[in-house]
Amino acid sequence: MAQLPPYTTTGERVWHYSFRVICGLIFLFLILPVLIVLPLSFNVEPYFSFTPGMLAFDPEAYSLRWYKDIFRNGMAAPDAPLSLAWFADAWNNAQWMRAIRNSFFIGICAMLLSTALGTLAAIGLSRSEMPYRRLIMSILISPMIVPLVITAAGMFFFYSKIQLSQTYLGVIMAHAILGTPFVIITVTATLVGFDKSLVRAANSLGAGPIQTFFKIQMPLIIPGVISGGLFAFITSFDEVVAVLFLASPEQRTIPRQMWSGIREQISPTILAVATLLVLLSIILLTVIELLRRRSERLRGVTPS
Amino acid sequence: MNATQPITAADGTPLKKKLAQAMFRSKLRAAGLVAPLLAFVLASFIFPIFALMWQGVHNNTFERLMPNLTEELRVWDGLSEPTEEMYTLLVADLRQNRADKTIGRVASRVNQELAGTRSLFTSTARKAAKLEPPYRDALIKTKKKWGEIKVWQAMKLTNQSLTPGFYATSLDAVYTVDQGFIMKEEKRQIYTKLFIRTLMISGSVMLLCLLLGYPVAYLLATLPLKYSNLLMIMVLLPFWTSLLVRTTAWIAILQSQGVVNDILVWVGIAADDSRFSLIYNMTGTIIAMTHILLPFMILPLYSVMKTIPPSYMRAARSLGATPTRAFIKVYVPQTIPGMGAGGLLVFILAIGYYITPALVGGQDGQLISNMIAYHMQKSLNWSLAAALGGILLGGVLILYWAYDRIIGIDNMKLG
Repeated sequence: MAQLPPYTTTGERVWHYSFRVICGLIFLFLILPVLIVLPLSFNVEPYFSFTPGMLAFDPEAYSLRWYKDIFRNGMAAPDAPLSLAWFADAWNNAQWMRAIRNSFFIGICAMLLSTALGTLAAIGLSRSEMPYRRLIMSILISPMIVPLVITAAGMFFFYSKIQLSQTYLGVIMAHAILGTPFVIITVTATLVGFDKSLVRAANSLGAGPIQTFFKIQMPLIIPGVISGGLFAFITSFDEVVAVLFLASPEQRTIPRQMWSGIREQISPTILAVATLLVLLSIILLTVIELLRRRSERLRGVTPS
Repeated sequence: MNATQPITAADGTPLKKKLAQAMFRSKLRAAGLVAPLLAFVLASFIFPIFALMWQGVHNNTFERLMPNLTEELRVWDGLSEPTEEMYTLLVADLRQNRADKTIGRVASRVNQELAGTRSLFTSTARKAAKLEPPYRDALIKTKKKWGEIKVWQAMKLTNQSLTPGFYATSLDAVYTVDQGFIMKEEKRQIYTKLFIRTLMISGSVMLLCLLLGYPVAYLLATLPLKYSNLLMIMVLLPFWTSLLVRTTAWIAILQSQGVVNDILVWVGIAADDSRFSLIYNMTGTIIAMTHILLPFMILPLYSVMKTIPPSYMRAARSLGATPTRAFIKVYVPQTIPGMGAGGLLVFILAIGYYITPALVGGQDGQLISNMIAYHMQKSLNWSLAAALGGILLGGVLILYWAYDRIIGIDNMKLG
């Protein structure tokens, strides 16, 4: 780390290092809860706590039991020999597998819907000639701000009336709405650095608006669009209140399954799933970071 | 060219008009891009919320299901003895509801106004077919309660479809039959206390986030980029991790057999048989919510601190300020926009929190959202849920408006 200048007093030195220690503790507070689920998910006992065996690093105290349970719980014949039929059984019948399938299906559909609509809207909103810009922006961002219980309750009544509650479409629409603010925010942020004369240059060279959009604007804002899309995906993937109000057991998602797991039968399977989710978020975070760097390079912004 | 003649475009129209047309077209194009999403959000988000809010002031269950009695109840003054005519109409409506199997809804609706009347309605409706005139005496004979004026007053109140009653209940008041309001006695006030607790918990979470977020954001903003990028991962990873994963993790850490208590017992601060209860109470809610919302404080603070040139602090030092004085007088005032942005965002998000309090809050860590969910799903008093939600939403919208005014929603940044 940076060398302290020679004129610093002892008091300043003490403060400098104790400040670092305080920050270290806060970072620990931030990261520890995310990391603690990893070792606990390998517990051989059905508890949420470290057993003496685990603390002594006894290999007997660790197992993959709860990861297997993700596949086995709910299967028709979990003890059948490992074969194609076993996998088909797990894929079709295991509760967690169904939740995983549902989460990805709903998440991807919601992501596509909110990215498409949100990107168009962000492009419109970034034009200076847009009328009522501020009002419309605040309406479009509001799903992020309105308490989820109110959103979910309102949608519950409305979607019940139009026969959309307890359907995949209803959940997808609800999640798409909740995801759009993130798409708008990230795409708008990319558009701030967008050089408008590029569009004019394309126009003057004879490109139509659609060709300009796909050939000029889109390649430049695509990193923002993708990271907005990932935000929308993770929002849907992580959302449980709307699912609690709108979904039937058929549409149970991973967070919904965890919710009832925590409330009803607390088992370390939840920790195993949690570990997988942490890995997923690390992957998504890496992708976002790479996209951000690419976007900076494309727009000629060098990291300071 | 004559100076008085307007400049025209190639096709002869005045240039001014042509420009206006072009401007209008580009305006239309911009609006056209926004329109699909705006329509989608208005139709399936804004409209449902308005419909929900409408339920908070309007509930026509009684009026709709008791069509005979409703007119008579409306003209009744609410104080005089109910007439035989009213009893007759009541029996007619009870019979009809029994036949339509809607009596449960009527009974629940009146029961919301006066507890303990549910069975009065359902059991009387069962016997209504056999009752014979005079109905007043017959009804009082089946259930003595029918002679009580307060049952009739409750019916008159529920008969009023457009009512401030649910908002009154949300604020621990009673809407009375003479259209006045009476505060409930101190002991029976639950909702105002819950609102105050929600504000207090959100406020504590906000302050804790500020307290923990400020040093971290400062460190991130002042370190060289190669270190700060690495440390930023520690902020962003929790931000990207599922809410339920983090809540689960806190259960594992804070429960009585959890990591923290194990360490405290091992160190000797706590005895094995009297471990601290850190979860399923307000402490658990505050700790878990602080952790979950901390990135929302750090990110705006960091982006403001990044823009503060370090030379300002050096200038203050060279002019003779002590490090503390320079920090308080020069650095902190420049970070106020970041503190405002982060603080408001954390407060807005905390005030409507539902999942974490429901899972780790126990009894005294519940927030107003949990009460709304309870009335939505368990007690099925949807109008009361809507009224409580209306107050919560009103508060959030005021904060949102303030956020837009002070910081501007265009300046919201995520990671």
